[in-house]
Amino acid sequence: MTLLEADRATWLAVCAADDLITGRGVAALVAGRAVAVFLLDDGEVCAVDNVDPCSGASVLSRGIVGATVVDGSPVRYVASPLRKQRFDLETGRCLDADEVIDLWPARVVDGVVEVSLEPSRRGNGPETIP
Amino acid sequence: MHRTPGSPLRLVVIGNGMVGHRLLTSLAEAGATRSLQITVVAAEPRPAYDRVALSSWFGGRSAEELSLVEHGFFADHGIEVLLGDPVLTIDRVDQTVATTSGRTLPYDELVLATGSRPFIPPVAGHDGPGCFAYRTIGDLEAIAAAAARPTVTRGVVVGGGLLGLEAANALLQLGLETHVVEFAPRLMPVQLDEGGSAALLRHIEQLGVRVHTSCATEAIESDGSQPTRLCFDGRDPLEIDLVVFSAGIRPEDALARAAGLDIGERGGVVVDARMRTSDPAISAVGECAVVGGRHFGLVAPGYQMADVAAVHLAATAFGAPVPRDRFVGGDLSTKLKLLGVEVANVGSVHDAEGCTSLVWDDPVGGTYQRLDVDDDGRVRAAVLVGDASAFGPILDRFRTGDAVATPGDLLKRAALADPSAPPDPSVGICSCENVNRGAVCGAIADGCDTLPSLKKTTRAGTGCGGCVPLLEELLRTESTGGRRGLCEHFELSRAELYDLIRVRRHTSFAQVIDRYGTAPGGCEVCKPTVASILASLDNGYILDGEQGALQDSNDHFLANIQKDGTYSVVPRVPGGEITPEGLITIGEVARDFDLYTKITGGQRIDLFGARVEQLPLIWRRLVDAGFESGHAYGKSLRTVKSCVGTNWCRYGVQDSTAMAILLEERYRGLRSPHKIKMAVSGCARECAEAQSKDVGVIATEKGWNLWVGGNGGMRPRHAELLAEDLDDASLISAIDRFLEYYVRCADRLQRTASWIDGLDGGIGHVRDVVIGDCLGLGAELEAAMAAHVDAYECEWAATLDRPDRLARFVTFVNAPDEPDPTVVFVRERRQIRPARPDELVGATR
Repeated sequence: MTLLEADRATWLAVCAADDLITGRGVAALVAGRAVAVFLLDDGEVCAVDNVDPCSGASVLSRGIVGATVVDGSPVRYVASPLRKQRFDLETGRCLDADEVIDLWPARVVDGVVEVSLEPSRRGNGPETIP
Repeated sequence: MHRTPGSPLRLVVIGNGMVGHRLLTSLAEAGATRSLQITVVAAEPRPAYDRVALSSWFGGRSAEELSLVEHGFFADHGIEVLLGDPVLTIDRVDQTVATTSGRTLPYDELVLATGSRPFIPPVAGHDGPGCFAYRTIGDLEAIAAAAARPTVTRGVVVGGGLLGLEAANALLQLGLETHVVEFAPRLMPVQLDEGGSAALLRHIEQLGVRVHTSCATEAIESDGSQPTRLCFDGRDPLEIDLVVFSAGIRPEDALARAAGLDIGERGGVVVDARMRTSDPAISAVGECAVVGGRHFGLVAPGYQMADVAAVHLAATAFGAPVPRDRFVGGDLSTKLKLLGVEVANVGSVHDAEGCTSLVWDDPVGGTYQRLDVDDDGRVRAAVLVGDASAFGPILDRFRTGDAVATPGDLLKRAALADPSAPPDPSVGICSCENVNRGAVCGAIADGCDTLPSLKKTTRAGTGCGGCVPLLEELLRTESTGGRRGLCEHFELSRAELYDLIRVRRHTSFAQVIDRYGTAPGGCEVCKPTVASILASLDNGYILDGEQGALQDSNDHFLANIQKDGTYSVVPRVPGGEITPEGLITIGEVARDFDLYTKITGGQRIDLFGARVEQLPLIWRRLVDAGFESGHAYGKSLRTVKSCVGTNWCRYGVQDSTAMAILLEERYRGLRSPHKIKMAVSGCARECAEAQSKDVGVIATEKGWNLWVGGNGGMRPRHAELLAEDLDDASLISAIDRFLEYYVRCADRLQRTASWIDGLDGGIGHVRDVVIGDCLGLGAELEAAMAAHVDAYECEWAATLDRPDRLARFVTFVNAPDEPDPTVVFVRERRQIRPARPDELVGATR
């Protein structure tokens, strides 16, 4: 997202950065929706829908974060704990099925993890808003 | 009924067995299916399947897995298929066939691929209940159903040929006492010479098959519901409960006879080298055909016939000139694995008169090899038993007819093989499709990195499938794509990582991936695997620090995730023994938290529908009442099932319940490559079903028999006997060693059965290590287990008293009291279950 969009976003504090474990996620309730927030091994935080569209269960925050290479580019993903479908944390695209999940802007400010109250749909899949 | 000009040629194929189907795939490959209007009509209710691998059906391969028909094949090629509809008559004047269901199918070209029928010797009682042929999946289903009767414990195969030994393998896998009766003085008299038969006999008897040669079966006695005795001419009868006939096959030529086609002296439809019968509009291929007076009961020459027929049919369909392809009379060389023993023959040693025989006979090593060469040094025949690695080079020389200067080298190379020498690319891998090692390795080097792609490219493994394990092995060893490795981050296998972590005392995933993997990263495969190895070696709490981030969701929350994201809870009930107070506690917890309860197969109770935040509350109650984690969520020991043994049972000979509790409390919490299930039975009646467990203990008058490598599930496996009549202490040390050796060497998600299968030497090797201590590892393995036993703590008890460890058990980190709104239950049979999507409207929590 551009700096301009970030500035426009309204942020919700969800937990302390110390509450997160590297490579793992937590679920947060954001504007009535379940959002999975992950701490990546480079220290970045990112957030996606918590609902796994392949099963309908609200579980993605309980998946394992992994790394792979797609078309020559490194991709970081979360693997659903139910059937192990992988979701690209940068685009929301599922690597194993024709599904896309919403992305939620997230950041750490003064040791507090914040998630935007509006998702940004940056995926290239069928649900993407151009 | 004759064809109108311009319309496509109508081809009717009778039979959809292996050869009949090969005809279709050959036509498809030639691009001829669009120029033909093809109808297949078959008596069996199933499309083509791998008849050569029939006995693997008993080893867990399903009818679907045996199928030779690729998904969508018939539809893609516009082939109409009528299954379960036997043809009644062929009208050669009108050029039609009439089927049992009443259909009349016109043809321009007709192909008979009717195969053969089993020969059932006309002895008295041969058609009674409990007597079976061995040819179709229908036969197998009938045999399996009969063997499941409690009164059936002993089976006999009449016929000690190739197919008879396959049938014996099937009876063994059904758990029957297995006998083989052969009329000739030895096994496989057609393919083998005396020395070869003797070597094969030694192997087969070691497996527990009882072989009776020179036996002429006279009658089968029956009690009206099943056979009781097999009676012979001049010998004591054999007491049995089930009979399988495998006394040879006869060409299925009834339709051809009735239609007036030429029939061979010993049956079979006479065809020329283009596979045409005496009626030029009708061809015949496979086992129903006779070419040059010979009948071929093997799949490889059958495929050759199908290919020749397909080329000619395609040419007719295209209006092309008659091709030159002719059936050249395939030789009867075969190589297969019978009951785990390699058996091969090249040519026929019975025809090799005037030859010099070179023989290598090693009764200790269990190999017999004979090579017949003529005066010019040309290979004329060979027999190989126990080690058929020389088959490829020998077959190669046999087919080319090249003289061999020092023929003994062909055998010596196999017998004294230098393990460090590069493998010979001419060694045959697939004898059905005649594919050698070089071709397979070439395809792997060109990028075939999966079994399906390898089969598609080389055709190896598409016939009888006997070489599929070899193909898998080559994929593992030859593939450069890191297939042997754990995942894309590690080229090392789980076992190699285990050794490195153990010897170099690594304590974190970060160290391990840094040193041996491609950092940064890791994935849902390598992270839990390394976590499990660290847990096996360290025995500490699995969720502190970095280790917590590596665990699969189940281990991460110490519970089993279910389809709606809720969890199930299983308290340990050692040996399945539980007090009324214990039952009441579980009942009260289930009632208070409104959990769905179900008794598991492992003699304990599963409580479903717990939300993450409820898990600590539920476990607080269970732990306070004396329960501990059942590790149902882990790749670790699940349960030790038991019967009531001597305490209550009038048949029991040992206290199986006490032993089960002792074992469960010893091995609980042991992290392993896959789940481990165990059972203890108090007598040979085996009520605890120990022979279907990874570790099964069965009481004897003198102590305990130890079985290993069994499992249920998708591919049920019968356990193998590791040791007999052990006392308590030696039983425990044997299980200690077995489990630690398994934990050390097995691949990720590999149950004990397939681990043992993959070991060089199989169960014999395990016995050498565990009982014979041939590697000198015994004390080390036992010490490792002792460390595990000492360090064990209940993971839930260790979690409950620590607020830092409890922090993860919330649904929403920013709303700890908020339940998950997507979890919705409805009631069914007075308990909860997850709501289906159509029930979500109006359902309540």
